[in-house]
Amino acid sequence: MAFVVSAIVGLLLLAAVGVAASRIPFARGIVYGGTGALCTLLALWSVLSLAGGAGTEALALPLGLPWMTAHVRADALSAVFLLVVNLTGATASLFGWGYERAHHDARSGPVLPLYPLFIAGMNAVLIADDAFGFLVAWEFMSLASWLLVLSTHRDPDTPRAARIYLIMASFGTACLLLAFGLLAGAHGDYRFDAIRSHAPEGWAATLGVLLVLVGAGSKAGLVPLHVWLPLAHPAAPSHVSALMSGVMTKVAVYAITRVLFDLIGEPLWWWGGVMLVLGAVTAIMGVLYAMLQDDLKRLLAYSTVENIGVIVAALGMALVFKAAHVPVIAALAMSAALLHVINHSLFKSLLFYGSGAVLSAVHSRDLGRMGGLIHRMPVTAVFVLVGAAAISALPPLNGFVGEWLLFQAILNGPALPQWSLKILIAVIGAALALAAALAAACFVRMYGTAFLGRPRGREAEEAREVNAAMRLGMAVPAVLCVLLGVLPTPLLRLFEPATRLMVDAGPFDDRAYQPWFWLAPTSAIGNSYNGLVMALVIGVLSMVLVVAIHRWASAKVRRSIPWGCGYDGLDPLAVTQYTASSFGQPIRRAFGSTVFRARDHVDMPQPGDTRPARFHVTWTDPAWHAIFTPLVRLVARLADLVNRLQFLTIRRYLMLMFFALVVLLVMVAVTQR
Amino acid sequence: MHDLGYDAAHLLGAVVLLMSFALLYQRRLFALLHVFTAQALALSAAAAWQGYIQHAPHLYVTALLTLGLKAIVMPVALHRIVVKLNIHRTIEPALSVGLTMLAGVSLVTLSILLVMPVTESASALTREDLALSLSVVLLGLLMMITRRNAVSQVVGFMSIENGLILAAVGVAGMPLIVEMSIAFSVMVAFIVFGIFLFHIRERFDTLDMQKIESFRGESH
Repeated sequence: MAFVVSAIVGLLLLAAVGVAASRIPFARGIVYGGTGALCTLLALWSVLSLAGGAGTEALALPLGLPWMTAHVRADALSAVFLLVVNLTGATASLFGWGYERAHHDARSGPVLPLYPLFIAGMNAVLIADDAFGFLVAWEFMSLASWLLVLSTHRDPDTPRAARIYLIMASFGTACLLLAFGLLAGAHGDYRFDAIRSHAPEGWAATLGVLLVLVGAGSKAGLVPLHVWLPLAHPAAPSHVSALMSGVMTKVAVYAITRVLFDLIGEPLWWWGGVMLVLGAVTAIMGVLYAMLQDDLKRLLAYSTVENIGVIVAALGMALVFKAAHVPVIAALAMSAALLHVINHSLFKSLLFYGSGAVLSAVHSRDLGRMGGLIHRMPVTAVFVLVGAAAISALPPLNGFVGEWLLFQAILNGPALPQWSLKILIAVIGAALALAAALAAACFVRMYGTAFLGRPRGREAEEAREVNAAMRLGMAVPAVLCVLLGVLPTPLLRLFEPATRLMVDAGPFDDRAYQPWFWLAPTSAIGNSYNGLVMALVIGVLSMVLVVAIHRWASAKVRRSIPWGCGYDGLDPLAVTQYTASSFGQPIRRAFGSTVFRARDHVDMPQPGDTRPARFHVTWTDPAWHAIFTPLVRLVARLADLVNRLQFLTIRRYLMLMFFALVVLLVMVAVTQR
Repeated sequence: MHDLGYDAAHLLGAVVLLMSFALLYQRRLFALLHVFTAQALALSAAAAWQGYIQHAPHLYVTALLTLGLKAIVMPVALHRIVVKLNIHRTIEPALSVGLTMLAGVSLVTLSILLVMPVTESASALTREDLALSLSVVLLGLLMMITRRNAVSQVVGFMSIENGLILAAVGVAGMPLIVEMSIAFSVMVAFIVFGIFLFHIRERFDTLDMQKIESFRGESH
């Protein structure tokens, strides 16, 4: 415990080095190297702590207001999330070091001092053990990431993204503040221990839970509170985007888990139902949004929304089973959620690194300017392929294992007593399957447009492979994606203390013997998954396919200049190949025309007119359209009303005071009865 | 049962409250000042009587202070200001007299309803006294908001102070320092308002708040 605290202090010191970066030689190396080393140590600490059974360690620090001490505490749940944060923190430091060398923009704002602060803030949230410390660390994390977003303030889109992010972050923190107020109740003790022992009941508990879902959900990106996320995440430098998307959203998931499974005590089943619905809607909407994007990083950010939806749905499953006292299946769903947390942090950071690599090579985030990068950047292309396959939940990669576990829990839905939940879970299962399929389509589109085909611009033609640090930064999560997909059982064993803490059961409780290479968590259905066999089968089949193609098909290939389709001087294949928008058109037509009001516009010139025909797509975000635009209008109107208070007469001010006094006195008189 | 001390204290407190009501419906400035003087006299008598029944000699000092400042110095000074500045002598109330009276009666009801249950442990005299003085304070506030004239707002403010002093003398064992500070605060307020009035007069040639407000650029 003391080690975690001192590591956080170390990160703060590194931030101080970052402040004086211009006067210290090799400051970038010191900051990124130091942050990476500290993150690695913290990740190792959490692995060791989990492997050793993850006892609970608490510490009181003489910090904060004079009559208070800050309480910190690390239990198994904290350790799992510390592992997630610091694993990605380590690879992001490695990648960021290379990225800043390759892609340094002298006009951008400072990143060095804020980067360690951001990681320190996230770590502090995970070990906070009272509501004050939690909120301070939470706000610290939000503000540090906000400043990191602002580091690209020269981009025309960044100021708006940062403003919306700041508003949403403040809103989220305000909700959490109220939630903790409700949870602590009248006795006013904000230590988590005290909340745990006097958990509120009735409407206070429900309201507190809903506020936590809204507050932390706005940070995680639950629809319809996701609007800031696809603006702010892509605006930051790529390694910071990876941290925000892959890790900061997980800190929000931690907040939800901590409150709903730990602090609140015995949950009500319908809270889980709310989470299931929110999660499923978020998953589908997120992936549909992603399908519409032409901006590589924004696509990845929307895909984060989708994955958060999956995680929240898994947590909802765990909650309904916990409330129904079926701990074994609750443990299954909880494991699925935790596994998906670490999986998503791995492949989303990997994909963001990949987008950073592409950005530093092509100098654009627009898919329409990429293409054929697999020839120019073969190493990056392989890593991004691994990430894209993993996020599409293809076996034998880690994404598949998480979704598989979640579906095992969903298939156990009939074990619940409530009929409404039995039916709801079937629907949720279908929705999540749809989201998974759409995610696969979305990443085929992303990978195919960016890396396959022909270059769509001069930059793509002249792209160069990125430097070794960036390649290594991508290699680590890619290898882990494969490893966790092939051998998930040791990791689930590692996370078992956390599930035991949250739902009072482990995923393997009803299995006496569980070999390390075989994943068969519950005997309720009897399904099992073996990553090794899967990897072997896929490997052999691929070999056979490759050999067959080279033996029989490639032998007949001859190279020649194709017919130019009437294009003069242009590569016809580059011009007529599928674009990102044309690839997405079927799905856009099927889903987007109602949900997003997506419309294709073709501007066809008259015969004889020599200008080219134009095609463009318009769509609207229903969350903006239905919620935020009216809300903004309402706030503006209220602000106008309040503004009138500035220009009242003295007598009116006195009148306001008088009526306030009378109303308060009446309240006292009434409550005295 | 027939406790003369209690009855007399009650009577004097009620007179102070009655004068507050009288302040509410005055339409002329001089009449307003006369009623205010009467209220101050009643307050002074109440303080003296409290000093007698509580055997607290320092309350006589309070009574004298009230008598001197509130009943003599301030009315005379305000009288002189009104004459010197040639202020329009009639007052335009913002709310009609009937409505103001109704509001006043409801405020008195409210303060009795409020004070009686809260102070069950205190003696009957203290409770009555607190209810009366809270009414006086609320009526003073009501007067401040229902009048447009600056001088009547000053008078309303000072009647609030009267209510406070009534509360202070009614509670046994209140040290003198409190009354002194209240008296001084009223004094300060009086000076501030006096200077304020002169300055307004010099600048705008009127003391009618409605006319003064129209001088502010952004107002309507």
